[in-house]
Amino acid sequence: MSQEYWRWKEYNWRDEKIDWKEAETITAGVDVGSVSSQTVVMTDGKLFAYSNMRTGSDSPDSARKAMDWALEGTGMKLEAIKYVVGTGYGRVNVPFAQKAITEIACHARGGNMMYGPTVRTILDMGGQDCKAIHCDERGKVTNFLMNDKCAAGTGRGMEVFADLLAVPIEDVGELSFEVDEEPEPVSSTCVVFAKSEATALLRQGWPKSKVLAAYCSAMAHRVFTLLERIGVEKDFAITGGIAKNAGVVRRLEKEVDMKPLTSNYDTQIAGAIGAALFAKALLEKSRK
Amino acid sequence: MLANYGYKDGSGDYFITIDTGKCDGCGECISACPYGVLEMVENEFDPLEGGEIAAVSEEHRKKIKYSCAPCKPTSGREKLPCISACEPNAITHSW
Amino acid sequence: MITAGIDCGAKNTKVVIRRDGEVIAKSLVLSGFDQKAAAGEALEMALKEANLSKKDIEHITATGVGMKEAPFADDTITEVGSVAKGTVFLFPNARTVIDVGAEEGRAIRADGTGKVIDFAINEKCAAGAGAFTEAMARALEVPLEKMGEFSLKSQNAVPMNAQCAIFAESEVVSLIHAKTPKEDIVRAVHDAIASRITSMVRRVGIEKEVALVGGVARNVGFVKSMKDDLELEMLIPEDPEFVGALGAAIAAAENR
Repeated sequence: MSQEYWRWKEYNWRDEKIDWKEAETITAGVDVGSVSSQTVVMTDGKLFAYSNMRTGSDSPDSARKAMDWALEGTGMKLEAIKYVVGTGYGRVNVPFAQKAITEIACHARGGNMMYGPTVRTILDMGGQDCKAIHCDERGKVTNFLMNDKCAAGTGRGMEVFADLLAVPIEDVGELSFEVDEEPEPVSSTCVVFAKSEATALLRQGWPKSKVLAAYCSAMAHRVFTLLERIGVEKDFAITGGIAKNAGVVRRLEKEVDMKPLTSNYDTQIAGAIGAALFAKALLEKSRK
Repeated sequence: MLANYGYKDGSGDYFITIDTGKCDGCGECISACPYGVLEMVENEFDPLEGGEIAAVSEEHRKKIKYSCAPCKPTSGREKLPCISACEPNAITHSW
Repeated sequence: MITAGIDCGAKNTKVVIRRDGEVIAKSLVLSGFDQKAAAGEALEMALKEANLSKKDIEHITATGVGMKEAPFADDTITEVGSVAKGTVFLFPNARTVIDVGAEEGRAIRADGTGKVIDFAINEKCAAGAGAFTEAMARALEVPLEKMGEFSLKSQNAVPMNAQCAIFAESEVVSLIHAKTPKEDIVRAVHDAIASRITSMVRRVGIEKEVALVGGVARNVGFVKSMKDDLELEMLIPEDPEFVGALGAAIAAAENR
């Protein structure tokens, strides 16, 4: 079986130092996207454990798998979690969630925790869509723009290119900088047509790095024009899988003329973090 | 809050924007739209507050260029029914 | 009088040679990565079929997205112009022309002389043109030419949510895993693209008679989906992919 270049690494993590049995509130957020699913478990509002994996063809199954994987090795059972919020495209398919909340709100809330109260513009480049969100210092949404339909500017679009060029997706960013000078971006926004364009360029003798540079550049520009629609207010942060792709991020930085904030948290769990925080707030509200 | 629903694809930008600050949840736009593009939803963006506002239905978000096409003929275009129905002027179309 | 029309399409390059109002030769080659070479090749092939040499052609008009790459053309005409001309020539009663090519879908309103009154185009997005069916045929492992007859066997309409060729591919794979009969999936593909095309047609307004041209008109499954959506019969020429080149050849006669 040939290598699957688009396949990024799935993983789970937990904080060994936290003894969850001492926690007062245990909440969780489950973000079921069309491409990937994440679960975040929090103890008293602190990150305790999380998982990040590819969403299977069965959403309820994916939610459960993501949860089980986050809890793996912790000794914690699902019953210990007092409030679960589901979010993402598959949020209605999280059978063990008490509530479903839109990913827009969850990303704003999660971004606020990950990047701090100064963040005002969050760009989420997810597997199948792209969102630009404005929030206030409490992580409340003040404006947003959803871009949901076109693969250009999404993780899936990048996966397609990684596959076409036979470059492992995690290497795409670095490889795209191995060029003497920045090439013109590919002219097609549409990933299908961009693929044909890329094939033609390869035939003309372009090295893979140059083709990747052209594609990352086109993706960065497309995302920038989307952002322009609602404006970029300082501070700016990027979440989602593509936030890990320096090829797109650095080129986008140039166009936005602003350096995005960085976080110690994994950019792909922003939605699930926000969901877990909402779960805590809703749990405390119900206990009053 | 400005809620922008829609997308940008190879052929252009197609966004319907609803100003949730102006939207009073009257629902007139939902009845005015001949194709069911709009619907009332819980104000999910502020889950701790609630209320109801208009939104583009999930089904139509990814195809609004096509859903709204009959109201946007290439010639003889009139004011859109959803926009005409909205008294507080909460709705705008980007195309 | 002998004229020629060349249609440099995104996928195929077509040439039509006419003598005194009759088509005497036509050719089709893949446009490939070198449009100029394809144009030359297509012309050569058509000349050979007609037993003529290039100097016998009084006037050559080019059309199609790559029209500038036909250096031997005397002038050019827009795609909508050539398609309208060609269609009304073949069907004098046609007033609405739907042209679905590999990379663009067009809806045109024309008058009785073949002149364009109004038009709308689905461009730069694979979901609005033949590239969509092509991508789905690959995902389904069904030869493109067989997609039509496959879809006619379908007993069930299955909805397709994705509006993008890339996401539709994943959706098709999920449907296959869910054991949905292939015919139903193929039909869903045709229904989906037909719905995008008809919404564009409704923007220009429908005036009978309606004609359907372009390479995708050969797909009987797509044609059925269009018919079901529009609820009317459409006129379809025998060689739908040549209508643009035909229109260009007619324009060549008018412009010489």
